[in-house]
Amino acid sequence: MKTRSIASLLLTTALSFVMTGVASAQDKTVKIGALSDQSGLYADLGGPGSTLAAQMAIEDSGLVAKGWKIGIISGDHQNKPDIGTAIARQWFDVDKVDIIVDVPNSGVALAVNNVVKEKNGVYINSGAATSDLTNAQCSPNTVHWTYDTYMLAHTTGQALVKAGGDTWFFLTADYAFGAALERDTTAVITANGGKVVGGVKHPLNTPDFSSFLLQAQASKAKIIGLANAGGDTTNTIKQAAEFGIVKGGQKLAALLLFLTDVKAIGLETAQGLNFTETFYWDMNDQTRAFSKRFAAKMKNSAPPTMVQAGVYAGVRHYLKALEALGGNPHDGVKVVEKMKSMPTEDDLFGKGEIQPNGRTIHNAYLFEVKKPSESKGPWDFYKLVGTVPGDQAFTPLSESKCALLKK
Amino acid sequence: MQALYAQLLVGLINGSFYALLSLGLAVIFGMLNIINFAHGALYMMGAFVAYFLLNNDYLSIGYWPALIVAPIVVGIFGMILERTMLQWLTGLDHLYGLLLTFGIALIVQGVFQNYFGSSGMPYAIPDQLKGGMNLGFMFLPIYRGWVVIFSLVVCIATWFLIEKTRLGAYLRAATENPTLVRAFGVNVPRMITLTYGLGVGLAALAGVLSAPINQVRPLMGADLIIVVFAVVVIGGMGSIMGSIITGFALGVIEGLTKYFYPEASNTVVFVLMVLVLLVKPTGLTGKAA
Repeated sequence: MKTRSIASLLLTTALSFVMTGVASAQDKTVKIGALSDQSGLYADLGGPGSTLAAQMAIEDSGLVAKGWKIGIISGDHQNKPDIGTAIARQWFDVDKVDIIVDVPNSGVALAVNNVVKEKNGVYINSGAATSDLTNAQCSPNTVHWTYDTYMLAHTTGQALVKAGGDTWFFLTADYAFGAALERDTTAVITANGGKVVGGVKHPLNTPDFSSFLLQAQASKAKIIGLANAGGDTTNTIKQAAEFGIVKGGQKLAALLLFLTDVKAIGLETAQGLNFTETFYWDMNDQTRAFSKRFAAKMKNSAPPTMVQAGVYAGVRHYLKALEALGGNPHDGVKVVEKMKSMPTEDDLFGKGEIQPNGRTIHNAYLFEVKKPSESKGPWDFYKLVGTVPGDQAFTPLSESKCALLKK
Repeated sequence: MQALYAQLLVGLINGSFYALLSLGLAVIFGMLNIINFAHGALYMMGAFVAYFLLNNDYLSIGYWPALIVAPIVVGIFGMILERTMLQWLTGLDHLYGLLLTFGIALIVQGVFQNYFGSSGMPYAIPDQLKGGMNLGFMFLPIYRGWVVIFSLVVCIATWFLIEKTRLGAYLRAATENPTLVRAFGVNVPRMITLTYGLGVGLAALAGVLSAPINQVRPLMGADLIIVVFAVVVIGGMGSIMGSIITGFALGVIEGLTKYFYPEASNTVVFVLMVLVLLVKPTGLTGKAA
């Protein structure tokens, strides 16, 4: 065993010398893989829109005109970790992909994280929520954009506890994401003197929540925390309205809510919900201009969600790093180190930085869903309530358990 | 104890959808010998027709007319399917019908998904059925109560039509021996087409009923159809009463699982299916072939 590992080490070292020889500064070929849920409950918040966002980032970078060859392929992980990792492996081994982007669904995201590390690729995750990607399971190949469970807990969660919501009941999606979001939010609740009185773990993609909602109702908790996402969240909120939960005095905490979810629930039912996002199409002239271009290319004319915006911003920053490196995009760790050394700046998220653990730091915004009478257009849904600076929204490095920080 | 009553009632509500859908499947399988995998897609189309009737530029037709119009529209679509494709499969192995309808389901869902995405559209509860009443042990949304009562009535009416009327007798006879029934001057192919339309109409009706509760979205049927097939298998393929009773019963069992062990609520129906198949391969009410 020992001899074999030494032999393989020698071989890889030798190969890497050969590779560096072949891949001279002239190598300007990049292949991007957009891996997402293309047809299931997360397809609207990521999916084909994320591929489009990556495509637009390539066009806007102007690198193609400078002689770079940048290709893009997309894949459907169907919310199954085994399918996600199989696609990732094939992309690295056969299709010679350099970077994987998006990957919603924390379960799949964590599995793909290991593959990217093993293959020394680049991983810009925008779609998944679990804070473990830059915490216990951080990797030198990974950058996590847009949001995570720690941020959601410390913005929406904290705001609700401070406003008097000190008893909580959780409705949690029964997989990595739900568990992480419940864990991080519970930490915030107890730290602020609140208490979790109960919870239910429901299977992913549940059409009917009435049983769970009745249990939440019976718990008499002031806040019902929704540690789920996409179609699960919209169904919960809609059915909670039916069962008169909000009228009965309990408050729903949609810890994670996307633009497309609000559209699906309808303003009539969604109005007044408080939640956090890091991007909204109607923030300023730049976001509006980008969203207009984006929506024009979408089948249902939808503006980008924050996940899709994160894919755009991440790929833009990645290509900037490649340009600064001058070529050789195939050593993932090196590229990610370069990305971390450069401050991030783009039209969608503004200025920010990537921490040594791979976490991208940018502002987070507290929004409230508008009343139907306040909405002026088909996607005019949010009112800005507050801004949380990035360094307060995301995990402080002192609390991070990431092994990359122990040097 | 109170919580238990509430869960039983909630289970009945879900059971209504299972019953309506499995009833349609049972009618189609019993009379046409086709395992209709397109049932979920047709259920989804029912909900979408209701959505289109309400949200278009010309007329806004509300929930009540949609309850009648949507099943007719989707039923006609189903009859066209039967005439143009399914009828050619008469006499062939079940597998062909299953594959054909499965393909149709994928195409229909794909087309809707292409235009409407996956997160779906809201459809409001009709004003007359808004709100709820306090039953003491739970707050029952009026709409859900309506769903249970209405689907029970529809299920019993369908059972009566097929098991107790002359038309139903023709139908059953035509399944047993089409040649002989033809000899009596009954137009068997037309009857079969109408029966398929009826089964499909039931699916569309369930779609309209579920539109205000769930999202109107392209995959709403795909998520449900597997469970409904388990219901049909447990109840016994082709048995009308069997599928109605099993539909409601499994809704209740699933509801109780959501209370006692929520993590298993997606699988409990299939565990039951395995158990029933091991003990009684023809299903609870099925006759040996």
